[in-house]
Amino acid sequence: MDETTAVVGSPVPRTDGLAKACGSAQFLDDLNIDGCWIGGTVRAQVPRGKLREIRLDPSFDWGRVVLVTARDLPGINAVSMIRDDYPALADLLISFPTQAVALVAAPDQETLGEALAAVSLDVEELPPILTVEDSIACTQVIWGENNIMDEYSIASGNAAEAFETADLIVEGTYRTKHQEHVYLETQGMAALPGEDGSLEVIGSMQCPYYVHSALVKALGFPPEKVRVRQTVTGGAFGGKEDYPSILGLHAALLALKSGRPVKMVYDRKEDLLCTTKRHPSVIRHRTGVKKDGTLTAAEIDIVLDGGAFTTMSKVVLSRSILHATGCYFIPHVSVRARAVATNTPPNGAYRGFGVPQSNFAIERHMDRIAEALGMDPLDLRKKNLLKNGSSFPYGQVLDEGMSAELVLDKVVEMSGYREKRRLFDEENRKNPFFRKGIGLSLGLHGGGFTGSGEETISGSASVRVTGGGKVEVLVSSVEMGQGASTVLPMIAAETLGLDLESVVHHVPDTSVVPNSGPTVASRTTMYVGKTVQDACISLVEQMAEKAAELEEFAGKRFSFDKGAFTAGGNDRIPFFDMAKRLASFPGILSATVQYRPIPGFSWDEASYTGDAYKAYAWIADVVEVEVDMDTFEIMPRKAYISAEMGKAISPVLAEGQIEGGSLQAFGYAYLEDVGMKNGSYTAAHLNQYLIPTTLDTPDFSVDLQEVPFSWGPYGAKGLGELPMDSGAPALVAAVGHAAGVFPEEIPVAGEYLHSLLRGKKQERKAGEK
Amino acid sequence: MKGTFFINGRKEEWSFAPDAVLLDVLRENGRTEVHRGCGEGACGSCAVVLDGTLVNSCQVFAASAQEKEILTVAGLGSIHSPHPLQAAFVETGAVQCGFCTPAMILAAYCLLKKTPNPTDDEIRRALDGNSCRCTGYVKIIEAVRLAARRMSSHD
Repeated sequence: MDETTAVVGSPVPRTDGLAKACGSAQFLDDLNIDGCWIGGTVRAQVPRGKLREIRLDPSFDWGRVVLVTARDLPGINAVSMIRDDYPALADLLISFPTQAVALVAAPDQETLGEALAAVSLDVEELPPILTVEDSIACTQVIWGENNIMDEYSIASGNAAEAFETADLIVEGTYRTKHQEHVYLETQGMAALPGEDGSLEVIGSMQCPYYVHSALVKALGFPPEKVRVRQTVTGGAFGGKEDYPSILGLHAALLALKSGRPVKMVYDRKEDLLCTTKRHPSVIRHRTGVKKDGTLTAAEIDIVLDGGAFTTMSKVVLSRSILHATGCYFIPHVSVRARAVATNTPPNGAYRGFGVPQSNFAIERHMDRIAEALGMDPLDLRKKNLLKNGSSFPYGQVLDEGMSAELVLDKVVEMSGYREKRRLFDEENRKNPFFRKGIGLSLGLHGGGFTGSGEETISGSASVRVTGGGKVEVLVSSVEMGQGASTVLPMIAAETLGLDLESVVHHVPDTSVVPNSGPTVASRTTMYVGKTVQDACISLVEQMAEKAAELEEFAGKRFSFDKGAFTAGGNDRIPFFDMAKRLASFPGILSATVQYRPIPGFSWDEASYTGDAYKAYAWIADVVEVEVDMDTFEIMPRKAYISAEMGKAISPVLAEGQIEGGSLQAFGYAYLEDVGMKNGSYTAAHLNQYLIPTTLDTPDFSVDLQEVPFSWGPYGAKGLGELPMDSGAPALVAAVGHAAGVFPEEIPVAGEYLHSLLRGKKQERKAGEK
Repeated sequence: MKGTFFINGRKEEWSFAPDAVLLDVLRENGRTEVHRGCGEGACGSCAVVLDGTLVNSCQVFAASAQEKEILTVAGLGSIHSPHPLQAAFVETGAVQCGFCTPAMILAAYCLLKKTPNPTDDEIRRALDGNSCRCTGYVKIIEAVRLAARRMSSHD
């Protein structure tokens, strides 16, 4: 794209910035809702069992509160997501310790606390499945016939045969644990029953239409009687993709039974203990290589811990398998991926959505292969990079935008990787108690829904001119901090030749905005942005056509350029002037457009082959750490990141995504651990579940490479999840380099590092004997 | 019980329970720009400036804040007349979801009061008690630097 842009690419401040910085933005819990009661949840407390009875203490006056159990559900007892297997409230079976069994609403916190304490559960405990190994071994059947929620496989070439011609076969098993989103605003939803039998549900969410659909199914309401509206959302990162459907339904059940508004806002403890996390993984790699480092064959086995119910596991698994070979070309590949059930809280969407796990495994495995061959990890990577024209294991070949080499070369140059690797080795010999390490990793992320997902949801976007001289963008894509309420108006403003001030993002409200799909999968800029752009083009086309019917312009043919309609000569009518002249024509000042499938792509769901994504974004990280060998404290010092995500609509926001996402990835690598005991998380406080603070943050150098994607709006691709995919393996490689060990699990916390060092010491001793 | 508080320069008479924490009392009285992130003093989202010192309002009894000056981010500036820190946070991209922002700005304000030209290390140490999950802190540190530059050149 060589035309210059005025708004796109410019450093305009975000539209919601000042309201947030001055404290006038109102989050759900800041709203004053008249007559609102508050809701709370009674939870199972055991990982698996039969619920015999819900007992109510007769000494409590139950007339003061409202209680809801599974029996009160008017529709199906399920929170509808991908499957309908997740009960809104446990009925006969208990499947994880924090499962909701009953709900209570009360006028105030004190009464609510008393009521919750007056409910007890009579449960016959059953032996639980707590690990993926036990789940696969089927020591108990807890889900379906064999505990396997979903399974996929991908094969290209003939891996079995290719292994025979390899010079070396390298094997490794890599593990990742849960990760909690820690959006600073905890989950919160409120339900407001209307006098006409309708229901409004508001709250902190990513996907208004997901909540809408879950409510309609479980409440048995006609769709038009339910309205879902997003409130200012204080971070989400995937954590508000699936969970608001559960919490929204809970609030709705209480509101309908009590006949008054009910708000449910989790405190931090309940949020940490009960909401979804990133899926833990166990990923086994077996790879055939030539002596020169060429990868020839790979067998990969992916197991994700789905927790007790599906939530998003099926699609998380799909993305995991499709990214299993990372940024590398391997001619013969066989991958199997399974998501299995355990009696632990259901795991769900989290930025990266299965890719951070599979990318951790492939990137660590590349380091292991390099070690086995005595090659530098950089040289091994360079030798095997995917390029324009090379094929993915599922058969896709792209002739543009395969930028692994671009970002890798750039990050190596920025960081001085090669010199530093040598230099740190030298320094570590001199100072063995305080060591430095440097590591690198690559990552890629397919933008938007997998396969024909975008065609299936076929989202819509609307734009309309208001009487007040603004253009509104109406989409169900929410602002959750990532910048949608700035980027989508920027695209509209650019297309209409207007200032950003003239365009506003309408609050996502299912009674007003069309369904443009959920705010997930790095799809908002790339796909919804494109549809917004198309809607703007439709709007000016229909305005131009109608203008010819106006008396003053009779018969003229208008075209539109740079914010004005022109018809040759001196006829140059600015956009809003023309809008005023056309205001009396119904429907002319608004346009709705549905996603127009990008031609030339095809996907076969049955064989799991074809064009999995229309475009990929690419990232390379180099991380430097210091490790105190006495305390095993890990200190990330520098992070160099180069990312290629097509045109950056807002470079400032794009950098913000890269920096924030990378720090989440670094936390995942060495700091964040929910802990597990008998199916429950043990980290109930933010002083147990640690996230990086300013003092844990390395100095960042971020480089944006913009290779325009021909079908993206102004060349944009998806970018929000990308940084989450590659930060962890780079940091872990740096720790390994510093300490002289090979970590294959995250988080690389002190204890684990200590055990690796002890193992190494014992190995050395055994060698000496 | 009833007590007097000086919120953003205005005298307020509020009634509250003897064991109520300042965070709850502020929020119940409409000061919802003070956010509850954890209620345990771990995240810093509820920080306010109490007689010139940054405190986590969830860890302070309202009773002990009586007769004292309390500054929230709304007392620093408004959309129409933002404080240089608020403007710098928006300009640099230091605001994403905005939940940590009010307290983060107050933490920076307390730093710049004492140290008008802080080093990066001083900025990091001053903001260490305020968690942000969106930004990676890069642009927050940049915003504080920018505001410091502008504020000291105005002096």
